[in-house]
Amino acid sequence: MDRSERQRQVVIPGDLIETHGLKPGEGTYVDGGKVYAAQLGIRSEQGGFVDVIPLGGRYIPRAGDEVIGQVEDMGPSHWLIDINAPYPAPLHATESPWRVEFGETSQYLAIGDAVVVKVLQVDETKRVQVTMRDRGLHRLTGGQIVEVSPSKVPRVIGKGGSMITTIKNYTKCQAFVGQNGRIWLDGAMEDLVHASRAIRMIEEHAQALGLTETVKAYLEGAYGHTGA
Amino acid sequence: MEDIEHIPKEIQLVDANGRRLDGRALDELRPIKIEAGVLKRADGSAYMEWGGNRVLAAVYGPREAHPRHLQNPSRALVQCRYNMAPFSVSDRKRPGPDRRSVEISKVTSEAFSAVVFTEYFPRTSVDVFIEVLQADAGTRCAGITAASVALADAGIPMRDLVVACASGKIAGQVALDLNKEEDNFGDADCPVAIVPRTGEIVLLQMDGHLTEDEFDRAMRLSMDAGKRLYEMQKDALRRRYAVSALDQEALGAGVTA
Repeated sequence: MDRSERQRQVVIPGDLIETHGLKPGEGTYVDGGKVYAAQLGIRSEQGGFVDVIPLGGRYIPRAGDEVIGQVEDMGPSHWLIDINAPYPAPLHATESPWRVEFGETSQYLAIGDAVVVKVLQVDETKRVQVTMRDRGLHRLTGGQIVEVSPSKVPRVIGKGGSMITTIKNYTKCQAFVGQNGRIWLDGAMEDLVHASRAIRMIEEHAQALGLTETVKAYLEGAYGHTGA
Repeated sequence: MEDIEHIPKEIQLVDANGRRLDGRALDELRPIKIEAGVLKRADGSAYMEWGGNRVLAAVYGPREAHPRHLQNPSRALVQCRYNMAPFSVSDRKRPGPDRRSVEISKVTSEAFSAVVFTEYFPRTSVDVFIEVLQADAGTRCAGITAASVALADAGIPMRDLVVACASGKIAGQVALDLNKEEDNFGDADCPVAIVPRTGEIVLLQMDGHLTEDEFDRAMRLSMDAGKRLYEMQKDALRRRYAVSALDQEALGAGVTA
């Protein structure tokens, strides 16, 4: 990442965006040959495109995202999963890791169960399908789920997973961060409190300087050692 | 309105120096303050003070549209609810939707439908709530201006912000941004909502009468004020997110990490 890419600039819908010969990317639109911001966000240049990385907004599913969902409803051969998106996400029995007989869906997942699912596909009318037939996709037992704004998920994960690894190392909690802003944590009660407090800190101070250090300092204070 | 009809219209709205009751010039806006992101539960929000008006706007969505039959398979709905608090006016306002607020809700949602990229979120609904806490004429304009900040704050993709401002005629002269007295005793009031970048008009209403020439002048006043409002809106949004941009660079972690 060179210097010019590091220059971050908040843009507001309707702002003219300097392209410097780059192609208009996500979060932008073209009108009369000029590129404008379509969303409130940060201007970024990546791979020959000028994008606007949103600073807020709802989770919009994309194929390949691993998310934490909750079973909302079920039919004889599918479950309906709430993935915190504006759209319902059906999980078909054939996309589950089990051999489900017709009408036997309730034996595998009950309403209210939390699951890690992957977004299988999203078509142009935003019809979403999710799957559990992949590595690491399973029903969640135990632990708790905390929610953060989906736009802050990258901050919770940190560069190359540094942030979440720090939290895991200190608290000895198991954790999984869904792209939809839901985070599953499991561990001893006290550790869970610290872990979820650390995540709250990230959410509140997503803008703060030296976030990783702040979180580390908090966890160090809580545990009185320098992690594993 | 009946209680004021019998008052003789001899109240002097503009003095000899061209100053109005509150000391403003004819092309002057009332003092305005906008703050973005004031509510925690809403996806986006804004609070606005515009003269004596106090307006709160909240935006939710895009979310599943309910009832289901309203869903549009090719685009999102922009649903709006304009509501006045019972204590927003001097006489208690009977709570609940009435003819006036239903109308304002409708025209507001149509104004926003013109700028929101509704095609990005088929079958969903973007819900805009405008709560007038205190009214002093021009609440629909204040509501639209605040709600458009709230929409941007909610991260809703849109072509541009929307600004709205009224202008009208008082004491025979065209004036910008009427206040309560001017609205009650004036000759005409003409709210207009504009997409500042293109100059498109997304809402235009009029109460009273203006000649073609007066109308043109009123439009020019509103258009001009719109540009000032636009800067205030952008400023409110920048203030909310200014810190983040600086710190993200300092952090070097990057938002895409």
